[in-house]
Amino acid sequence: MASLTKRVLNLNKLFKHVDNYTKRLSSNFTYFPDNEKPVEGETLKMNMMQAINNAMDLTLKNDPTAVVFGEDVAFGGVFRCASGLQEKYGNDRVFNTPLCEQGIAGFAIGLATAGATAIAEIQFADYIFPAFDQLVNEAAKARYRSGGQFACGALTVRAPGGAVGHGGLYHSQSPEAFFAHAPGLKVVIPRGPIAAKGLLLSCIQDRDPCIFLEPKILYRSAVEEVPVDSYTLPIGKAQVLREGDAATLVGWGAQVHVLLAAARLAESRLGARCEVVDLVSVLPWDTETVCNSVKKTGRCLVAHEAPLTGGPGADIAAAVQVSAPLLCCCVLLWADVCCCVLMCAAVC
Amino acid sequence: MALKSGVGFLRLSRINQVVRLLSTHSRPETIQNGGLNAEFPGAKAPYVTEIKFLDENSYDPIPIYRVLDNNGRVIDSREEPNLDRETLLNMYKTMIQLNQMDKILYESQRQGRISFYMTNYGEEGIHVGSAAALSPKDLVFGQYREAGVFLYRGVTVTEMVNQCYGNHEDPGKGRHMPIHYGSKQRNLVTISSPLATQMPQAVGAAYAFKRMPNNDRCVICYFGEGAASEGDAFAAFNFAATLECPVILFCRNNGYAISTPTREQYRGDGVAARGPALGLRALRVDGTDALAVYNAVLRARELALNNKPVLIEAMSYRVGHHSTSDDSTAYRPLEEIQKWMQDENPTRKLRLYLESKGLWDAEAEKTYSKEARDLVVRTMQEAEKKKKPNWKEMFEDVYYDMPPHIQKQMQHMEKHLEKYQEHYPMDQFQKE
Repeated sequence: MASLTKRVLNLNKLFKHVDNYTKRLSSNFTYFPDNEKPVEGETLKMNMMQAINNAMDLTLKNDPTAVVFGEDVAFGGVFRCASGLQEKYGNDRVFNTPLCEQGIAGFAIGLATAGATAIAEIQFADYIFPAFDQLVNEAAKARYRSGGQFACGALTVRAPGGAVGHGGLYHSQSPEAFFAHAPGLKVVIPRGPIAAKGLLLSCIQDRDPCIFLEPKILYRSAVEEVPVDSYTLPIGKAQVLREGDAATLVGWGAQVHVLLAAARLAESRLGARCEVVDLVSVLPWDTETVCNSVKKTGRCLVAHEAPLTGGPGADIAAAVQVSAPLLCCCVLLWADVCCCVLMCAAVC
Repeated sequence: MALKSGVGFLRLSRINQVVRLLSTHSRPETIQNGGLNAEFPGAKAPYVTEIKFLDENSYDPIPIYRVLDNNGRVIDSREEPNLDRETLLNMYKTMIQLNQMDKILYESQRQGRISFYMTNYGEEGIHVGSAAALSPKDLVFGQYREAGVFLYRGVTVTEMVNQCYGNHEDPGKGRHMPIHYGSKQRNLVTISSPLATQMPQAVGAAYAFKRMPNNDRCVICYFGEGAASEGDAFAAFNFAATLECPVILFCRNNGYAISTPTREQYRGDGVAARGPALGLRALRVDGTDALAVYNAVLRARELALNNKPVLIEAMSYRVGHHSTSDDSTAYRPLEEIQKWMQDENPTRKLRLYLESKGLWDAEAEKTYSKEARDLVVRTMQEAEKKKKPNWKEMFEDVYYDMPPHIQKQMQHMEKHLEKYQEHYPMDQFQKE
């Protein structure tokens, strides 16, 4: 009997542990879906993984030179973004490469140089650094160094980035700042399925090499009604998602949703309406939209998941100070966002 | 039981014997376990009951294929390539033109007329031999010491000198240091300074060719034995093999990477030995013998077009300094250089061969050398007078369309130059 009681107690303890772990592993993240359709026509409920899959599917269908490749891509990739594509388009168009990021990037540059559309997957953005030389010294400079004779604009590198809550230090990084320092590249980060499809198709069709960083927390958690047809969204054009006059909140990728939550909080607690801007791309980035918003609100807050020092936030804050001198400008890591939005809206 | 069989060097009467390197002749003996191979996903190999570490002495050294001896005589008449008079003369004249260009441009750097230069001495045979064996449609990814390939492809001395001077007629618009040539029209990808980055790119380009209907193009990628130590080299070998790309990975092993000799660059049997280890067909060739290089690349091209990637290691000696920023006598004896300048001189070997065929003589040598020299001198004088590209070119070609932030930077520069123009040599730049 005593033993049974002990067992029940242990079981209770176990449930409590599991409960605690679940709480510990989940992050405080609310997704705000897009309700506006970028184009008319039929839509389908898709999560961001499916929207990306759809964009690649359309590309492979319409562009016979297009190829999709990377580590474990043949069976669909570890995040399943290439699911079913090999079956549909053959193993010469959707294929595995050896486990070698610098090789993947170099191979992709060569493909694009020879006239193919190259869609390369780096399994995690944390592992893109062996390819840094190829992307920064080669892809970014191919047109420039040849005087416009050669280019690899038909290259798109996709990589899942950002935190999910249990990825630890090597499955959570946001490396956009490193690439934002390389003239010649475009660095694009979508905030959800509709944006991901339109922006990925833009990256693929763009005449410059693009790095497309997919916030992996959104792969399954973000679901929207995505137009079935092909469409593109402009790179380098920020989007105002929520209008307001109290402060301008700037972010990109998953961080946009943190800012939307913070704006909602500011409104309910302080009655302050904050303007939320999705930067869409950190290179090039839309100075005009951000600065126009700040001229109106007089306050600006930039938040990114990537480390603070030398991050794109510093560049944005500096540009804002030049174009729209204002009361308060802060750059933050996401943990601080909510309290600082309140501070910014209330104190400054 | 000896790992090393007593076969020694294979008799190299046919080139295909060389391609079958590391054949059963030199494979270590193994005790089979009931004649059954293991079925691991990563290896289907026999089991043995004895530990034997393999090392560089487990195999015979990969032999070096040659056609000509030191006196330009064909060693085995069956290996003499079937080249017409015009091609042979074109090959040799390219070598002379290259030598003259190297001589004069090297001097011009010493006089402060250009900022930098790299000579090609000792590797002329590699350049013309390989270029002659390729189709002009084949795409070339070079490293930086392949000027002879550019000349053979028809890039003019004028274009190359303009590049070295970075004037407004440089196809690269004066953005690169000298010797970073490129020609889209002649399928020569613009040279990049970082080493070995061109290697996985060449493999990717080859994959694009492979997917084109009725493909008749291959890609050749040149790299040095020093560059072969970069991770990109391994990536290229591995991608070429696993993705079965129509590519020739051509190593110019000239003995030195700036000052670092091969002994401090790698161990094992050179770069060629990495070929079979990674699933590439490999061949080692005498890079001072233009005809051997020609045969090697011709055969490699056939293989490549059947999507069988090839690694060629051409052995040579970098007779010149690494670049104008280097004095190689600081790390190698003069006598060593002398030996390679005379006995194993690729230009001399081909000249003796041509003379033996009655296609060349001392008179022709004198006349053509002068012609080649005069062309470079004349071109240089013209290149010097040409203005630098308009300064605004500095902002072009970063992106296909200039984005607003770069337009803004250009406007800032414009305002700055308006205000402070007397502090800049504006007359050296082309007007808009």
